[in-house]
Amino acid sequence: MIISIASGKGGTGKTTVATNLARSMGSNVQLLDCDVEEPNAHLFINPSFTSSETVFTPVPEVNEDKCTYCGKCAEICQFKAIAVVNENILVFEALCHSCGGCWEVCPESAIHESGRELGVIQKGYSNGIEFIHGKLRIGEAMSPPLIKKVRSFENPDKLTIIDAPPGTSCPVIASMKDTDFVLLVTEPTPFGLYDLKLAVGAAQMLNIPLGLVINRSDLGDSGVKEYAHEMNLPILMEIPFERQIAEAYSRGKMLVDVMPEWKNKFLKLYDQIKNLFKHQTRNTKY
Amino acid sequence: MKELIVISGKGGTGKTSLIAAFATLAENKVLCDADVDAADLHLIMDPHVFTRADFKSGHTAAINRNKCTECGLCLDLCRFSAISDDFNVNPIDCEGCGVCVYFCPEKAIDFPENTCGQWFISDTRFGPMVHARLRIAEENSGKLVTLVRQKSKRLADEKNLNLILTDGPPGVGCPVIASIGGASAVLIVAEPTLSGIHDMQRVIELANHFKVPAMVCVNKFDLNPDLTRDIENFARVEGLFWLGRIPFDPIFIKAMVQGQTIFEYNKNSGAGKAVKKIWNTLSNLLNL
Repeated sequence: MIISIASGKGGTGKTTVATNLARSMGSNVQLLDCDVEEPNAHLFINPSFTSSETVFTPVPEVNEDKCTYCGKCAEICQFKAIAVVNENILVFEALCHSCGGCWEVCPESAIHESGRELGVIQKGYSNGIEFIHGKLRIGEAMSPPLIKKVRSFENPDKLTIIDAPPGTSCPVIASMKDTDFVLLVTEPTPFGLYDLKLAVGAAQMLNIPLGLVINRSDLGDSGVKEYAHEMNLPILMEIPFERQIAEAYSRGKMLVDVMPEWKNKFLKLYDQIKNLFKHQTRNTKY
Repeated sequence: MKELIVISGKGGTGKTSLIAAFATLAENKVLCDADVDAADLHLIMDPHVFTRADFKSGHTAAINRNKCTECGLCLDLCRFSAISDDFNVNPIDCEGCGVCVYFCPEKAIDFPENTCGQWFISDTRFGPMVHARLRIAEENSGKLVTLVRQKSKRLADEKNLNLILTDGPPGVGCPVIASIGGASAVLIVAEPTLSGIHDMQRVIELANHFKVPAMVCVNKFDLNPDLTRDIENFARVEGLFWLGRIPFDPIFIKAMVQGQTIFEYNKNSGAGKAVKKIWNTLSNLLNL
């Protein structure tokens, strides 16, 4: 089973929920931090990394000895990543989406695949949790290919927990797509509610069952709860604002370590997700 | 004309609340919301929209089943696994590269332009504002960010305003890169947590990479005064402009619930005083 943890708005507590859920499960669990722009889960999980791999995406490299400057490559490229001006050919690597169009179309076979560094994938373990995250290279714009690479390590024999990035555009979709359940972490404020609605829209578009966690549940207003009620969205957990929790978070301490009574709540959260997932699968199957 | 972009790396550090507070203090400015993915500034600014336009960008392939002979070439060529075995394009996976369209021997693939969202020019009680809404799951947020920045500049020119105050997106990827290139300065709102510091360092690296001067302030500083000092020291060592610290204050949420800036909610809050001090330092640095 794959649970993705998303939010719309940033800073609502995705990483808190993802790491504490993983820690509470104990073993046979993997945690994938897909917020490759700003990965934070490792600061709480403290894994010992056992491997590190630099990830590249294919980009064109032109052999000018073979190139006849026919311009077909520039014509097929939708991303303006390759330009032919007179007897000059220019490749703008950073703009390339790695579609392969230019080397497919080149009649002289003058273009071959080189690579642009996307970032690094690191793998490690911590107390029975298999941990994998990606770190986007600073200056690299495209995170979805790196997110897909992190997700290539999903192991169907384990519970997979995905810590997704904020927002609702392509990096979030790449993190949420083909997961079994979306857990949306929100805060009961107007910003939280507005962005929650977008995130709910994304999960529904992908046709994935979802549930809510309300963080800092005693601050703000009642808008999120009213919306959840109206949309029939299950509220699976509420975490109140406590200075002790916020201070522990600031030091990279996990909630279940500082306040062990939370472990049972996270286990209960998992049970609820499992039930909702089973129920949903039964409904779609029969 | 000066263009200040507020960013943070980590989400939820208080970018939008701070921009809203600055909107009360700044004069002669255009407000710009460049967090087009999850735009929230309008929830406080209550904009009255007077220009509204579609944002079109990119294309999505669509197979015309009447012409398709199911030869399978498109399936082989697509690097994004966007075409199913029964020859349907999944628009979520389609990158819009057009390779299938180009090579289809039957010319059976259409390639219509996408409408990815909308952008707006509005009036607010704090002056003009440019904002946008990206459709859910759309790409090209970077291009929409570039567009709202261009519109903000043009508006500032037309109205003879000397400052653009821009609410930036979280992260360090495509929309952030599009937000900060060529700006007068970025203001990084950090929070004194291990995550906040980690993400701040990455976004500082990004600002350096694109050679944009960076200023730093810390929000909710009293949640961890030790880490706040670490951030302050880090900023000084790195040669960044240190602007100051804002205490954790529920007034930010209370004001947001009322759709107000913190100064509209309460003229004399502790957080308000800290924000005013930061604004004064910032105005001097930017020569406003």
